[in-house]
Formats: sequence, C-alpha cells, structure tokens
Amino acid sequence: MENTYWKKNLRYITILLSLWFIVSFGCGILFVEQLNNIQIGGFKLGFWFAQQGSIFGFVAIIFTYIYLMNKLDQTQNK
Amino acid sequence: MELQYWIWIAVGLSFSLYIGIAIWSRAGSTKEFYVAGGGVHPIANGMATAADWMSAASFISMAGIISFSGYDGSVYLMGWTGGYVLLALLLAPYLRKFGKFTVPDFIGDRYYSNTARSVAVFCALIVSFTYIAGQMRGVGVVFSRYLEVDIVTGVLIGMGIVLFYAVLGGMKGITYTQVAQYCVLIFAFMVPAIYISFLVTGNVIPQLGFGSSGADGVYLLDKLDGLHQELGFHEYTSGSKSMLDVFCITMALMVGTAGLPHVIVRFFTVKKVSDARKSAGWALLFIAILYTTAPAIAVFSRTNLIETVSNQPYEQMPEWFHKWETTGLLGFIDKNEDGLIQYTANTTTNELTVDADIMVLANPEIAQLPSWVIAFLAAGALAAALSTAAGLLLVISSAVSHDLLKKMVIPNISEKGELIAARIAATGAVCLAGYFGINPPGFVAATVALAFGLAASSFFPAILLGIFSKRINKEGAISGMLVGVTLMLFYMLKFKFGWFGGGTKADWWFGISPEGFGSIAMIANFVVTLVVSRQTPAPSKDIQELVVNIRKP
Repeated sequence: MENTYWKKNLRYITILLSLWFIVSFGCGILFVEQLNNIQIGGFKLGFWFAQQGSIFGFVAIIFTYIYLMNKLDQTQNK
Repeated sequence: MELQYWIWIAVGLSFSLYIGIAIWSRAGSTKEFYVAGGGVHPIANGMATAADWMSAASFISMAGIISFSGYDGSVYLMGWTGGYVLLALLLAPYLRKFGKFTVPDFIGDRYYSNTARSVAVFCALIVSFTYIAGQMRGVGVVFSRYLEVDIVTGVLIGMGIVLFYAVLGGMKGITYTQVAQYCVLIFAFMVPAIYISFLVTGNVIPQLGFGSSGADGVYLLDKLDGLHQELGFHEYTSGSKSMLDVFCITMALMVGTAGLPHVIVRFFTVKKVSDARKSAGWALLFIAILYTTAPAIAVFSRTNLIETVSNQPYEQMPEWFHKWETTGLLGFIDKNEDGLIQYTANTTTNELTVDADIMVLANPEIAQLPSWVIAFLAAGALAAALSTAAGLLLVISSAVSHDLLKKMVIPNISEKGELIAARIAATGAVCLAGYFGINPPGFVAATVALAFGLAASSFFPAILLGIFSKRINKEGAISGMLVGVTLMLFYMLKFKFGWFGGGTKADWWFGISPEGFGSIAMIANFVVTLVVSRQTPAPSKDIQELVVNIRKP
C-alpha cells in the first residue's frame, strides 16, 4: 500500500518535472530560435516562453501536483 | 499636496502597521519564534513567502535589468520562479513532514552527524549574510532617494523597524508583517504598471499590453527590435550570451532558490504536508504577478526612454530627466557638442548613461502619475527590502541559537534560555547587517550570485538525496557538500576577485560564467555524494526508517 503511494508520487513527479523542463529549458532556451520564427500577436513564441509562458507553466504545474496529490492522499486514508 | 508629505505619510502608515502587527503577534515559545507555532494558513504563508522571496532587487532593479538586456534577462525571470516547482515537488512537503525548525536540523539528523550539521550552519550563515547586507543597503538607498535623508539615517531607521518586529515576534511576527508587506509591495508595483500599459497600448493588463501595438499600429516588440538595430544594440528579443551559459545560469538560480534556507524554513510554518504543497503553489502565484509584469514594464520603459531621448535636443528634456540627472542615475555628456542626445551601443560616441534602477523608480513620473502613487512606490520598495531582511535575520538567529547552541554546544539549555539566545543573536545580526549596509563591502553585487551558487552546490543535493535515497550516508553527504562549496568558492574567487591567478571571460571553464557555475558545482556535489556513499557503509536502520517516514503524507 505504502509502496504504491510512493511509486505513484514518483511517477507524477517525473511527468511534471519533464513538463517543467520543456516549458523553460526547452521552449525558452534550447529551441528558442526555432520557436521565434512563429509569431503570435506581438510576441515571438520563443521569447514569450522565456519571459511569460514558462512562469504561467510553473504555476499550472504546481497546482496540478497539488490536485493529484490531494486525490492520492484521499485514497490513502480510506 | 507636496510629494514629500505623501511619502512620509505612506512610509509612516506602513511602518506603524508593521509595528502594530509585531505587538499583536509576540512570540512566547521557541516554536513560535522559529516556525510561528506551525499553524499558518497556506494562503497567508504563500503571501509571506512571496514577500520573503522578492527582495529590493526584484522590486527595484529587475525590470530595469531586463530592460537593458532583453532576452538575456529571461534567466532571472525563469530562474527565480522555476525553483518553486522544485520546492513544491521535491522538497517542501517532505521537510514539513520531518517537522523540525531549520535546514541544518534536517541535514544534521538525516546524516546523523554534527559535522554535517556544522557544514550546513556554515553555509546557511554565509548565504544569509551576503544577502542581508544588500537588503539593508536597499533600505538606505530608498530612504535617501525619496526622503532626502542620508543613507546612514535610512539604514538606521530600517534596522530599528526590523529589530523591533523580528526580535519581539520571531517567525510569528515576521510572517504576519510579511503578509502586510506583500500587499503593500504588489499594489505599489502594479498601479504604475497598469497605468503605463494603458497609456502606451490601450490595454490595462500589462501581460497583454506587452504583446500589443502602440498608437502607430506597430507591435511594441517589433518596434523595439528595430530601434535597437538602429542604435547598434543587440536585438531585444534575442540574446547576446551563449546558450550554454544561459542554460547554466537559469539552472543555478532555480536550484539555488530551492536551496535557500530562508525560503525553505517558511514551509515549516504550516500545519500539515498538504499545506506545504499548497503554500508553494500560492507563493509562486503571488510571485508570478510581479514577475510577469516586470518584463512588460521593461519593454514599455525601454521604448519610452529611447523615443524620448534619442537624437532629441538636451534643452527640451522633460522635468524628470533633470531630476534624475541630479541623483546621478542619469548622466549626459555632450561629446560632439551638437546639443542632441546620442544614445548608442558604441561607448565612444554614446552620450547617455542610464542606471537600471530608474526604470521602476522613475516610471510614475514619466507617466505623470499623481503624487500618492509615487509615495506608495517608496513604501513598496521599503516593504520588499524589509520583508526579505527579516526572513534572513531569522535564519541567522536560529542557526546560532538552535543549531549551534542547543544542538551542539549546550544541549541542556532551557526553553527560556534558548529564546533569549535567539533574540540576542537576532539583535547581533541586525547590527552586523546594518554595519554592512552603511559600509557596503565592494563585493555585495558579486556575492548575490555567490549566494545562489552556494545554496545550489551545498544544500540542494544533500536535501534531495536525503529524501529520495535511503542509501546516501553521512560520508557521502559531507564530502559532496564540501566539494560543491569549495569548487564554487574557488571559481567565484578566481573569476570575480582575481585570486588564484584570476582570469577573464576567455578563461571561463566551458565558457560558463561565475553566475552559472553553481550548476556545475552542484553536479560535482551529486557525483561525489553518490560515489562516496557507494564505497562506505549504508546508514543504520533508524535512519532508513526516518526516510520512509517522511515520505508518508
């Protein structure tokens, strides 16, 4: 029981940290030049990720984790 | 009404609020002094963490720095927010479950060793002192710019206020004043931002105005790229640093954020594990409000500045130009004596010097906002500096009274004795910080990077592996921390202070700047810890039990 709790937690962490890496290091740094070729409104996409998008992404990632873990904690209590 | 009166009123009101809160929330026990009794609501803790985290530099300097460096400034935006993801997912919930008072507490217990504890205390003290000196300086600078008192008087007033509520209330007083300070600083930052965004783009949301077009129908960012090209600066939306360096700096700032003791201890103050996760989320949300607005302000004020001054006659400059000239933040030398301001990237023909801080400080005047908004800006800058200083102060005092005295030197000290020791340590730390604020050592600016590098290369691997591996033992953790810190200190001293033969940009290892080297030192720490742990005996059953226990919700 404990083990499945920990394993599920590790899986959530792995997935969410990959997203964390993609929105910041991926879109904002490694592939910034390629993404800059795409323009949305007044923003070049790569630049937008580096200065705005990554931060919105971080907030979303943490709140997703909060949601998932609260649900997981509840199954644990039953 | 005169601007000076407005400023005194705003500063006076906000300071009396902090003092009132301090009197209401006096700490009666060590638990209240170190972790505010452990029952803070997650949203309140999120606000307190946000105020704790956002320093004078975030409030005053960051938008300006981005404004001058464009895409390169993204390292601060991503680096100083992304660390919260690491905190929420990897550290905060487990440290809360562990349930002690300080970071050295965790390191000392998990690695069953007072040597490990001492190394952690040493790192916590260095990191916090480098940081706090800058905050006290910030308080002095704000006072001197807005209230026309000298910097020394400003620092002394700031010291008095922090001393009062940190010594009296400990973490409990600090937490609730930080909540108030967050409200003051975010209001002060957002009002001019919203107003300027509306003025320039017609959109009241700065995050959207950022990507809109001005009155001439050209997108702001395109216009700025064009202006930059004309004047010879690198294009605003692309960088001048190497990709590897940008990567390493961002990583070092993120990991450093997650390893800073004054941020970590905030998560000891909530009631339960799920609250620790929640407050990390709220904290980042509150921080994101300022951090997504700052790059927008950067663009508005950069465009504004270039359009106002470039190739315009000096005689026709608006009033704020001359006002900030007298403070030394703006400087104009008419090199070719044509009476026009030439602002270019070429240092031999450039005639204008601009201090980055002006982008936030002068914003309300450039946009011609009413006096009370400017007064609020002063109060906001003070709130940002004081809240961070207070959080750091608590780390210093608890490192001395709890980790050093209670856990190592006099283990049978009474509760009352420890509380007195904590208050004396806090008083001593304020005086030392004030001294450095008045006589800033030349290395303050350089050492902020050092603080992050040190936190990244010392604490982060030790805490992370302590939670996610049962096999890591004291030999591994201690050697890892020592190697990480030594390597980081060596690189900083070599390239920032010219020790060990010094060196220039060309000599950087792999082209990585001292600011980004924390990432490399952190990797070295991980490798050493893992290798040494494999070669030495596993920790005892009790320690492995402890690790299993902190993983349960």
